[in-house]
Amino acid sequence: MSTLAPLPVVIPLSVAAILSALNKFVGRRLSEALAILTTIATGVICGELLLQARVQPVMHWFGGWTPRAGVALGISFVIDPIAAGAAVFTSLLVLAALIFSLHYFDTVGTLFHVLMLGFLGAMCGFALTGDLFNLFVFFELMSASAFALCGYKVEEPESMQGALNFGITNTVGAFLVLSGIGLLYGRTGALNMAQIGRTLGGNLDGLVITAFIFIMAGFFIKAAVFPFHFWLADAHAVAPTPVCVLFSGIMVELGIYAVLRVYWVIFDGPFAAHRWDVRALLLAVGSITAVVGAVMCFGQRHIKRLLAFSTVSHVGLLTIGFGVLKEGALAGVALYVLGHGLVKAALFLVAGLLLHRFSSVDELELHGRACRMQATGVVFFVAALGLASMPGFATFLGESGIIDGAKGIGQGWVRAVFVIAGVLTAGAVLRVWGRVFRGMGKAEDAETAGAKKIDEGRETNAASHGIPAVMFAPAAALVLLAVAIGLMPGVKRAVRTAAIVMQDRTGYQARVLEHAWIPVTPAEEEHTPIGKGLAWSFGTTAAALVLAFLSLSPYWPSKHVLARPVAKTVHLLRAIHSGHVGDYVAFLTFGVAAFGVVLAVLIHLR
Amino acid sequence: MNRRGRMILFLLSAAVFGGVYLWGLKGLPPVGHYRGPYGDVLNQVATYERHVTDIVTAVNFDYRGFDTLGEEFILFMSVVGGTVLLRRQREEEKSEHKDQALSDESPERQAPEPSDATRVLTLGLVGPLVVFGLYMVAHGQLTPGGGFQGGVILATAPLLVYLGGDLKKFKQITSHTLVEVAEAAGAGGYLAIGFAGLILGGAYLRNVAALGRTGVINSGGTIALINLATGLEVAAGFVLLLYAFLEQTLEIRLRGGK
Amino acid sequence: MSFFPYAVAAWLFIIGLYGIVTSRNFVHLVICLAVLQSSTYVLLLSIGYRVGGTAPVFAAVPVGTLAVDPVVQALMLTDIVVEATVVALLLALALQLHKHANTLDPDKLKALEG
Repeated sequence: MSTLAPLPVVIPLSVAAILSALNKFVGRRLSEALAILTTIATGVICGELLLQARVQPVMHWFGGWTPRAGVALGISFVIDPIAAGAAVFTSLLVLAALIFSLHYFDTVGTLFHVLMLGFLGAMCGFALTGDLFNLFVFFELMSASAFALCGYKVEEPESMQGALNFGITNTVGAFLVLSGIGLLYGRTGALNMAQIGRTLGGNLDGLVITAFIFIMAGFFIKAAVFPFHFWLADAHAVAPTPVCVLFSGIMVELGIYAVLRVYWVIFDGPFAAHRWDVRALLLAVGSITAVVGAVMCFGQRHIKRLLAFSTVSHVGLLTIGFGVLKEGALAGVALYVLGHGLVKAALFLVAGLLLHRFSSVDELELHGRACRMQATGVVFFVAALGLASMPGFATFLGESGIIDGAKGIGQGWVRAVFVIAGVLTAGAVLRVWGRVFRGMGKAEDAETAGAKKIDEGRETNAASHGIPAVMFAPAAALVLLAVAIGLMPGVKRAVRTAAIVMQDRTGYQARVLEHAWIPVTPAEEEHTPIGKGLAWSFGTTAAALVLAFLSLSPYWPSKHVLARPVAKTVHLLRAIHSGHVGDYVAFLTFGVAAFGVVLAVLIHLR
Repeated sequence: MNRRGRMILFLLSAAVFGGVYLWGLKGLPPVGHYRGPYGDVLNQVATYERHVTDIVTAVNFDYRGFDTLGEEFILFMSVVGGTVLLRRQREEEKSEHKDQALSDESPERQAPEPSDATRVLTLGLVGPLVVFGLYMVAHGQLTPGGGFQGGVILATAPLLVYLGGDLKKFKQITSHTLVEVAEAAGAGGYLAIGFAGLILGGAYLRNVAALGRTGVINSGGTIALINLATGLEVAAGFVLLLYAFLEQTLEIRLRGGK
Repeated sequence: MSFFPYAVAAWLFIIGLYGIVTSRNFVHLVICLAVLQSSTYVLLLSIGYRVGGTAPVFAAVPVGTLAVDPVVQALMLTDIVVEATVVALLLALALQLHKHANTLDPDKLKALEG
């Protein structure tokens, strides 16, 4: 049993407790230093766990309660490469956010760092655990820290509204998950994921389908999949920038991770004969999410909300990747999470820089004002290319993995969704770059005219000269890392090996319940030609650039004959994003009901 | 969306949702016929292995102790979050010192005096509550009870002081710094006990203390210790939350709100 | 009779959702959320119940007596603490909202449209 395994959770929590006790006695600098050191230490430990996990999934039974005769008595951490990778990535993004906030916030006490460390510990525990109820507990710990961090700016009523929308919808989601866990416990009498998977065997009935729907929907609420995604834009519009970095960079992606883990360990057995039904549901939901997110993204003028909707769109692409249900696509999902998280975090950090310098993140208000910040503009521009999955970025590796997997099962049409999402989201971000960093376009705009201007208060001190290095360096470093991963040889093969391990249900169960040694065979070399993928990705990037420049130019057709139905759809979409929590929960109920009915009908039709 | 649209969407969806949920619930064993192995195994072995008679506490603090650690930190983070969200902003702090009339003594910030009956009842109950809370915390491994239950009872004692007196007395008996340190000590204590298990036993939260005799109060090894730490943390945490909320009610009263 | 507690759990969940969707006051909404959360208590406890079983406390009865499931009770303890703390956080948010926006009515908050 590995003694390193509990540390990524207990070390951040310990330091959080210590910092909270010394709250009144330590200065800001000391708490910042402690928080950063803790995060680095956690990242290093997770890295070591990743190296160990590549040999065999690392196990740790809390309290020393190893299973007896296949019955798990205690809680386990089961750390396979993808879990460890998620934990490493979490530490990296928290580190970037903490470094960024060194120059941030004038009124932050040590309690901000206490919350951030709690958030870090919770996300690591969420990724590493092998027990279903433990997953729920860390989900709630993540949420508690997130709600408080989101509502940090208490003077602004919009902050409170955004945080309330976030809190209420995610809590409903958490208790949906708990209801699903209850159902599974009633059937199997176990809470350990491997044991539940083994006990369920291959029988599919109403209870298993309902449990799957509830757990999946609950985690999809966290992951901001349509129609559960409404809270994300509100939360991002009002949360402080370092917190937005974490929300979009890793927190929503962990929702997708949880569904993946739960599906591949527990539900793939019963659903093995009905994989196509699950695929149909997931591919449809993912495509709708991607398109809705992309369309809403393009029509925003508040930069953080724009980036939030682009996250929704990319989460839709991740759902498609999950829905293919093949290890090539799963590897693609992992790489896409990395690539997207890195560039999205960088984009948010730049938005925070703009807020620091100009007290605004409104695209139109910032027209031309950042023309002097050329280095920042370059970072912003390059990150936008990463959103379009341009070759050279980790997102391209992820996208090609997912599309190749989809083509392998005959669903090559998903490429069209990737193109639409990439063109619209990258186009929107490039449009922002053009307007803000280059002064292109007018200060008034047709399609963003409908979007409300949300007043964003200052987050930082009035020292608005120049760009502090601690704010610029993390953004640049993250983008460089996204390119480095995209160009590293052998990355795709290593992640495919990890994906195979994640999908190996019987192996996981044997490892957990019998401490068996499972074979870890490296994935085969890929022989698929990448020429077509390269062409499509370059094309998407080019189209995004064209779209951005077109939308900034005077030739943007606002009275075109096609404009009216498009404008009406966009207007309808905007109307349902009303900011009203009752609407959000109504859509949430609709989503769960629809998932249940669709899946039940599909399964009974065969 | 307007209210009618929202209602229609919701009612239709809720009907289908209810149908799906009931369809799933049908697959459960009938109420009263719990089947699964987990609970039965623990009922059989827990008393022999850990010398405790309250199996629920054994599950909470030993078999599934890591879950409880997470839950304790949910409470911890929520208290920290509540303190952060209810913090006094700069303009409130400034106005505090500016004017004598805005201090705690001024008539605008006083609540109406509690009646004699309230005062007798609440202040009379404080003592028994504290004793009862401590009793509940200490006997968690023997009878139903434990750190969480006892801690909440302990936390209501200062609240009774507030009800029977006023905020000044409440603040007098709960020094904010001390309570914060107590809460962190409780949370940290739980983590430290876990570390002891890791260092001495190879697994985090392994029960490495002397198990004692079944049926006496100091049985269960680390279960008893974790019980105490949890009781401390929960009591302190809830007092902090109450403190933060009560400060805000005064702030609102001062501004002329209800 | 042996299905009734499960039906109650489902009903509580739905009525909690209804309260949230139709609420006109954030404090009321948070309490409806608490009702929704309590549906999981009913579900878990009904799953663990055993007819004729005693509490899983063997202070007065010998080990081996028929007892109900202790695990769901432990889960419920966690559940209740989670609920209380989430409610506290959300109420704190509602309080600050009222202080600065002078309203607790979701219908009146128009800042985050679109």
